[in-house]
Amino acid sequence: MHQTDREATLTSAWAGGASPFAMGSKKLGMWLFIISDSLTFSVLLISYNYLRFANPDWPLPFPFHPSIVFSTVMTVVLLFSSLTMVMGVAAAARRERRKTVWWILATMAGGALFIGLHLTEWLHLIGEGLRPFSNPWGAPLFGAIFFGITGLHMTHVAIGVIYLGIISIGFGRGKFSPEDVEVSGLYWHFVDLVWMFVFPLVYLMSVKYI
Amino acid sequence: MSTEAHAIESHVEAPASTFVWVWVGLVAITGFEVFLAYAHLLRPELMLTILLGLSVIKAALIMSYFMHLKFERLSLVLWLVPALVFCICMMLVLFFPDSGRLLHMRPH
Repeated sequence: MHQTDREATLTSAWAGGASPFAMGSKKLGMWLFIISDSLTFSVLLISYNYLRFANPDWPLPFPFHPSIVFSTVMTVVLLFSSLTMVMGVAAAARRERRKTVWWILATMAGGALFIGLHLTEWLHLIGEGLRPFSNPWGAPLFGAIFFGITGLHMTHVAIGVIYLGIISIGFGRGKFSPEDVEVSGLYWHFVDLVWMFVFPLVYLMSVKYI
Repeated sequence: MSTEAHAIESHVEAPASTFVWVWVGLVAITGFEVFLAYAHLLRPELMLTILLGLSVIKAALIMSYFMHLKFERLSLVLWLVPALVFCICMMLVLFFPDSGRLLHMRPH
């Protein structure tokens, strides 16, 4: 069947009639959110390094043991949860509903474990005297930027766990499509990606050598 | 299948073993980063440069494979990534001269 000129225009990528990136609007929307949120974290991490560079008495509060060992375990947990999420997305693409739900639940468990470990570390630092605008080690702004960056990241992880919970229930009941699982996976991997910058810049660059 | 229906179809082009190998690579890079911090052999500036370089490699692996950007259309990559890099470069334009100036302005 031949297309009319109007039909051809409406289905042409350059005319805006077709999806120019060959993806659904949900996925494209998530990519746009990820890019804008990347800029938020970029600003925070650049601000952290700006303050560090401008303050000669910047604190180095993390001894290798236990702080760095602890944060390394947190990193591996988050990376592992990304792997389980990838498996979940693959299972969803194959329409294996039960497997998908289990993989997402494993991802949520990884996220919950990460939050638990992170809160433990926060409480340890608070116990040592770290506050948003004071600390016993040096430049008082360290607390504000440390809690700001890690707190915002932890909030993203917590939102991700809730988001994945909703997706797993919806997909398990057949209300959500594999694309919905893939879009939630994009968010989860982004949270993992941000930590790949927070971990070296905030932790590994602030090791206290005794 | 129509163009739009094809577009919204969820897809995973790589086998599971590929993702496992990418994960192993990410953990290995993390291990190397931790070793650098433990060994304490490098000057902070060099250490920062190497850690940032490794983080960019990790980010590229996560975006390419876990976020499937490698399997999307090139037009999407060209639309998203240069814009992000440009914005981050704009943030960094005044970083070193300005933060260095603050260091010298401190009262002694």
